[in-house]
Amino acid sequence: MYRSHVLVCGGTGCTSSGSQQIQSLLKEEIEKAGLSKEVAVVQTGCHGLCALGPIMIVYPEGTFYSAVKPEYIPEIVQEHLVKGRIVKKYVYEETVTNEEIKPLAETAFYKKQHRIALRNCGVINPESIDEYIGTNGYAALGKVLTEMTPEDVINVILDSGLRGRGGAGFPTGKKWQLARNLVQDGGQKYVCCNADEGDPGAFMDRSVLEGDPHAVLEAMAIAGYAIGASQGYIYVRAEYPIAVQRLKIAIGQAREYGLLGKDIFGTGFDFDIDLRLGAGAFVCGEETALMTSIEGNRGEPRPRPPFPAVKGLFARPTILNNVETYANVAQIILNGADWFKSMGTEKSKGTKVFALGGKINNTGLVEVPMGTTLREIVEEIGGGIPNGKKFKAAQTGGPSGGCIPPEHLDVPIDYDNLIAIGSMMGSGGLIVMDETTCMVDIAKFFLDFTVDESCGKCTPCRIGTKRLSEMLEKITKGQATLEDLDKMEELCYYIKDNALCGLGQTAPNPVLSTLRYFRNEYISHIVDKKCPAGVCKDLLKYEIDRDKCIGCGMCAKQCPASAISRTDYIAPGKKLAAMEIDASKCVKCGACMSTCKFGAISKN
Amino acid sequence: MKSLAELKAIRDKMQGQVGLRAESEAGTRVIVGMATCGIASGARPVLNTLSDAVMTKNLKDISVVQTGCIGLCQYEPIVEVLEPGKEKVTYIKMNPEKALEVVEKHLIGGTPIYDYTLQKAMK
Repeated sequence: MYRSHVLVCGGTGCTSSGSQQIQSLLKEEIEKAGLSKEVAVVQTGCHGLCALGPIMIVYPEGTFYSAVKPEYIPEIVQEHLVKGRIVKKYVYEETVTNEEIKPLAETAFYKKQHRIALRNCGVINPESIDEYIGTNGYAALGKVLTEMTPEDVINVILDSGLRGRGGAGFPTGKKWQLARNLVQDGGQKYVCCNADEGDPGAFMDRSVLEGDPHAVLEAMAIAGYAIGASQGYIYVRAEYPIAVQRLKIAIGQAREYGLLGKDIFGTGFDFDIDLRLGAGAFVCGEETALMTSIEGNRGEPRPRPPFPAVKGLFARPTILNNVETYANVAQIILNGADWFKSMGTEKSKGTKVFALGGKINNTGLVEVPMGTTLREIVEEIGGGIPNGKKFKAAQTGGPSGGCIPPEHLDVPIDYDNLIAIGSMMGSGGLIVMDETTCMVDIAKFFLDFTVDESCGKCTPCRIGTKRLSEMLEKITKGQATLEDLDKMEELCYYIKDNALCGLGQTAPNPVLSTLRYFRNEYISHIVDKKCPAGVCKDLLKYEIDRDKCIGCGMCAKQCPASAISRTDYIAPGKKLAAMEIDASKCVKCGACMSTCKFGAISKN
Repeated sequence: MKSLAELKAIRDKMQGQVGLRAESEAGTRVIVGMATCGIASGARPVLNTLSDAVMTKNLKDISVVQTGCIGLCQYEPIVEVLEPGKEKVTYIKMNPEKALEVVEKHLIGGTPIYDYTLQKAMK
C-alpha cells in the first residue's frame, strides 16, 4: 500500500520533452529519501496539456507540476514528498492562487472538458491490467457476456446515438447491426480497429492507445460478441512505437487473465486480437485499403459496395471502427444509452476528442461535449492565440477537411454543422491559424500532402491532385490569372465526383473551403501579386528605408546570399552610408529584417 | 480468470489504490503534519498507518494528505480531520495505535475521540 502516488506522463508528447529521465530520477530520489515503500511512481498516458510537458501529478493532493526539469526533482521529493510542503514555484501557474492550490478541474483548460474516451488517460498505468480493472475495466464485457444478448448490445449502441469518431460519422450501432444480420452463414466474421491515424496534427487515437489500451480491447471483444466474430485485428501505425508496445503488453495481459482467448468468463465466447502494423501510408486509413493491407496486399482501396459489413476482410463480414469510437463503448454499456444521449447535440451525441495544434497557447488534447463552440475551444480551453495575434481560421478534418473562418466561431461543433460550413469533423485534428498564415499556402500544404499520399490507383486522384497542386503553386508565384482560378474550382468538383475512395473524394476540400471563405486572398495573389499574410516568398520584397538605416552593416553580415551592400547615400544626421538589398540575389529568408534594431527593413 | 467473481476481487483490491487519484473535493480530508517537527516526533508511521487503513478498509471519499508545520510543535504528531459541514477535529501526540483507533471510531464510527484532541489538552 502506498500513501501517495506520483503520476508521470508517459505519452509521446511528454516522453519527447524528457519524462523518462524525470521518472528515473524521481525513483532514485525517492529511494534515497527512504520513501520507496510509501510513494509509488506511476507512468500514465497523456494528460492532454502537452504544451506544458513533462507533466507530473502528486496524489492524494492532486498537485499538478508542469514543465518539470530534472533539477526540480530533489527539491520536490524533499519538500513535498518528505515534508508535505507543495513546491509552489513549480506548480502549474493557473492552479496557484494566493491562499491555496486549486483543483485541476477548475482551470480553464480542464473546466469545460468532459472526459469519456480519455477518462483513464493520465490516471491509470496503461501497462497494468489491474489498474484498468480497478477503474471498472472489463466489467462491461462481463455484463455483456452474462446478462445481454448480442441484439441487446446492438440496441444499446444504436440507442446511444454513437457515431464513428474516425470522421465520417456513420452510426456505430447500424454498422454492427448490418454485420450481424446481412450474412448469416455461420462463417468467420471480423472486428477491426482503425488505428492508422494519419492526419497531420492529429494524435487522439495515439493517446488513447498509449493511455488506456485495454479500453479498446474490451470494446472490440464486446463488438465481437455483438456481431458474432471471434477474431479481431488492430491496424496501427508502426510510427507509434509507444502505442504498439503498450498494445502488445495489454493483449498479453488480457490473454493471461483469460479476458481474450477461449471461453471468456466461462460463457463459451471466444475472442482474440492480433496487431497489424502499417508502414505509414495515409491511404491505409481508408477502410477498404486498410483491410487489403491486413490481408497482406498492397494497401489500395477498392470500390464500395460491397461494403465491409457484407464482404470485408478476407471477403468475410467485417466491422471497422476507429480507436476513439471503441473507447466510448464500454462506458455506454455500463452507464446506459440515456446517459450517453444526455450529452451532445440532437444528431451528434457524446463527446469528441480534439488535438489542438498550430497557433494556440495550450497545444494538446481536449475532450468536449458535442455542441461546444469553436470559440470555447480556441479561446477558453486553448488559451487563445499567442503573441496577441488575431484568429484567422481553424482547420478541422486534416487533408479531407476545411478551414473555418472567424464568422463561424460560434457554431456548435457537431458532424452536421461542420459539413454545412464546408469542413468536416474528421478524426479530430484542429489546427489554429493566425493572421500570419496564408490561406493559399495552407491549401497548397494539404494538397502536397495528398499528392504524396495518393496511392495512384485512380486517375482523378493521382493526376487531378497533382494538377491542383501545380495550379496553387502558380498562384503563390503570382503567375496565375483569374481564369486559372475558375479552372481550378472546376477541377476540384471533378475530382470530388470521380475519385475512387475517400482520400481522393475529399482531397479538394482544403482548396474549396479556402476559396469559399478567403477568395479575396486568392485574388490578391493573382491580381495584385501580393500575399497579404506575407508568406509566399515569390510575392515578397524586402526593402531598406535608407533614411532610417544607420549603416551599421549588421544586416549584410546576416545575409546568407550576400545580397546586401553599402550605398553612397548618407542620411541626414547619420555617420555611415545606408545599405541596400539587391532584389535579384535576395532569397527572402528575412534574416536581415529580424536582425535590424532600427526598423529600417520592411517586407511587402 | 474464469469468473466474474475473480474480476470483482481484482477490482475491489485495486479500487482503493486507483481511487487515491480521484479529485475528491467533497470528501473528508485527514491531514497529517509532516514538517521537521512532525517527522521527528514520529508522524511518518502515523501517516502510513492512516493511509494503509483507509485503503485496506476501502473507505470512500476520504483522502489522507500531508501538510507542513501547523505551529504547535510540542503537540506533534498532529492529525487534523476535516469533514464537510463539521468542525475541524485536531488530534495531538498521535501514534499508529491511536491512529487506528481514530479510523475505527471517528472515520468509520462517526464519533471523534475527545481524549486525544487538542481541545482536551487546552483545558
